Amino acid sequence: MRADVQTQRNQIGSSSIGKKKKDPTALRSVLFLLPSWILLLIFFIGPILLTFYFSFTNLALTGTQAQNIEFVGFQNFVSMFEDPTFRISVMKTIVFLFLSAIVGQQILGFLLAILMKEKNPTFRRLIGIIVIAGWVTPEIVVAFCWVAFLNDNGTLNMILNAIGLESITWLYTFPMISVCIANIWHGTAFSMMVFQASLDDVPKTIEEAATIDGASRLQVLIRIILPMVKGSIVTNMILVTLQTLGVFTLIFTMTGGGPGTSTQTLPIFMYNQAFVNYQLGYGTAISLVLLVIGIIASLFYIRSMKVKI
Amino acid sequence: MRFFSWRKMIGLMMAMMFCLVAAACSDGSASETDSESAENEISITYRSGGGTNKGLTDWLNEEVIPQFEEEHPDVNVKLAPLEVNEGDYFAKVSLLLQSENTAPDIVTEDTFMVNSDASAGYLEPLDERIEGWDEWDSITENVKNGVIAQDGKIYGVPYNTDSRGLWYNKELLEQAGVEVPWEPKSWDDILAAATAVKENLPDDVVPLWMNSGKATGEATSMQTFQMLLYGTDDPLYDHESQKWIVESDGLLDSFKFIDTVYEQDLGPELSQVLNGQGGTVAYQQLMPQGKLAIGLDGIWQTGNWHEDGAAPWPEAFDTLGFAAMPTQNGEAPGTTSMSGGWALSIPAKSNSKDLAWEFIKLASTKENNLKLQLKDGNLTPREDVAQEPEYLEMEMFEEASSFLENTHFRPAVDKYPNVSTVIQTLVENVVSDKITPEEAVEQYKQEVTEIVGEDLVTSK
Repeated sequence: MRADVQTQRNQIGSSSIGKKKKDPTALRSVLFLLPSWILLLIFFIGPILLTFYFSFTNLALTGTQAQNIEFVGFQNFVSMFEDPTFRISVMKTIVFLFLSAIVGQQILGFLLAILMKEKNPTFRRLIGIIVIAGWVTPEIVVAFCWVAFLNDNGTLNMILNAIGLESITWLYTFPMISVCIANIWHGTAFSMMVFQASLDDVPKTIEEAATIDGASRLQVLIRIILPMVKGSIVTNMILVTLQTLGVFTLIFTMTGGGPGTSTQTLPIFMYNQAFVNYQLGYGTAISLVLLVIGIIASLFYIRSMKVKI
Repeated sequence: MRFFSWRKMIGLMMAMMFCLVAAACSDGSASETDSESAENEISITYRSGGGTNKGLTDWLNEEVIPQFEEEHPDVNVKLAPLEVNEGDYFAKVSLLLQSENTAPDIVTEDTFMVNSDASAGYLEPLDERIEGWDEWDSITENVKNGVIAQDGKIYGVPYNTDSRGLWYNKELLEQAGVEVPWEPKSWDDILAAATAVKENLPDDVVPLWMNSGKATGEATSMQTFQMLLYGTDDPLYDHESQKWIVESDGLLDSFKFIDTVYEQDLGPELSQVLNGQGGTVAYQQLMPQGKLAIGLDGIWQTGNWHEDGAAPWPEAFDTLGFAAMPTQNGEAPGTTSMSGGWALSIPAKSNSKDLAWEFIKLASTKENNLKLQLKDGNLTPREDVAQEPEYLEMEMFEEASSFLENTHFRPAVDKYPNVSTVIQTLVENVVSDKITPEEAVEQYKQEVTEIVGEDLVTSK
């Protein structure tokens, strides 16, 4: 089976280069691949190109501009950078990213993984199931759970009242902290699993050798383990960052981006511009900026850690 | 057993998956045959959920649809309500109307959206149909203006209109030492009454409720901000020069009033009022429970408290008063109000326009329109219904109709919906203390200029 695939791959490779033009299997390979190419073209490349195009137009959801789309050049981008709410949204996105993805999911995930390393399998499994429960729960359900927990008459306030403390309107007084905690609860398991897998690959002998040479536990962690799992750290950082940049459901359900602009990250800002203010063109322009931010962040991680992906 | 090899199984499953996907993708062609068989079905889209439009739903189900199906035995009328908050309704309708596969045959349009949905080509002009329909003349002139787009064509038949004022709980105001019937003469009187409630009544009584969030959409813009703004000397739009007024004392004072209410703790908790269901909480829960003293809102709220309403409350009309909204400092004419209303429109991409028009005609007769107002608690757009004793006897309708004397309509121009969402956002930002009223005016100027263009704005 594997050999079949291998030969097929070679044939595709050679056919695309243009040698052996009369290879009868080349046509067959093309035919077999055609459906997936077409699907990719229609559902992946097409929308991306359209997004590029629309972000340079004044496309609107309703009104005269819904009928007469005009090419407006960089107008959307100019007004975006002049818009104070856009700057606020970028800041909110960075705060959300830093607190919930980098500090929360990464560090907490790593801590969980390292604490569970080489522990009793039953213990590992038990903790694993609890943490992963948050991850397998659909985002919308996570959001509802946290709203039920944090709202005015929610579980947390009931507990506070029971011990004689006053209720706090968590989602309005501490909106950003609330959505960050919810996102950490939801996403930490992913980082934990990535780190668990890579920590298990660190050979025990090296650690033992270091310990015999007199290294402390902390030194082993910083000098031995961390450098050896650097690759997974970067990969995980990129994945978690991209995932967090796109978080919409969680924030929208919990706070709607509010109160005011307190939790209005870029995806929420984009939704508001496109579907609340009816400016689809502007909305798509924001999505492009979001994409660029994701690329910059990924490149930054790769460069700063000096790893090859 | 060899026969069911894994490879074959997987192959079979993939083939099945492919068929499924193919079937799902061929939705377009499938629904074409659907629509042929459903030639005799018309669908009506409106907003529902959380007790919203309960009167309208009941009226359609109990009155209009049975009558229509009797006249057209082979036609099936399907309700296709959207369970979304007010802000999302308009976006969702705009999306639905873009495609023949999703467009309903009749859609309820808030009159402020008619112009922009018509300009987008989503709605069918009704002029030719209306020419042969004499009932059109019974509709009040200024309400008709709401369904005429900038191209001068008619895009809907109004089924209600409304007015706004201050709901107040007589018992609570009396307990707070405010004289009833309450007739506030200026904004300061409103603040004074609310302060009295705050000082003299328990903490769980909300002194003054005004829609203040983005999630309550147009209600925030119209029931709160414009009710204030049109009580100052500076309207939203200067009809003479056809320009938006983006800088005025009126704008600043309106934002300041809203800010004061929340600064002095006269409003509800932000977690309640910024919520999409805020209005429901206020008028279906707090008001009947005696936990809301004053609320700035529309006449349709009475629909909640009728016997078959979403929150039946027979004592409502003895307990509550409906006061006219005063102008800022009592300037002539002393009171102000805003009016809007909803209309039945036919989407341009509907595939049974003739049947839809038949349905609209039937729904808009004198008898049926009267029945709607009795159920729904809104004002009628028809002059003849307004004379009916049954209508005149409805609780609070005398007050609500009297507000129409000094009422205002929203500017029926392109971009009003966009300007309105700017207002909603800024009001929420002011009440949640993200910006000061001065900054709000500054941002209003900047954002509206961005939306309508520099040559269409002016200062006062």
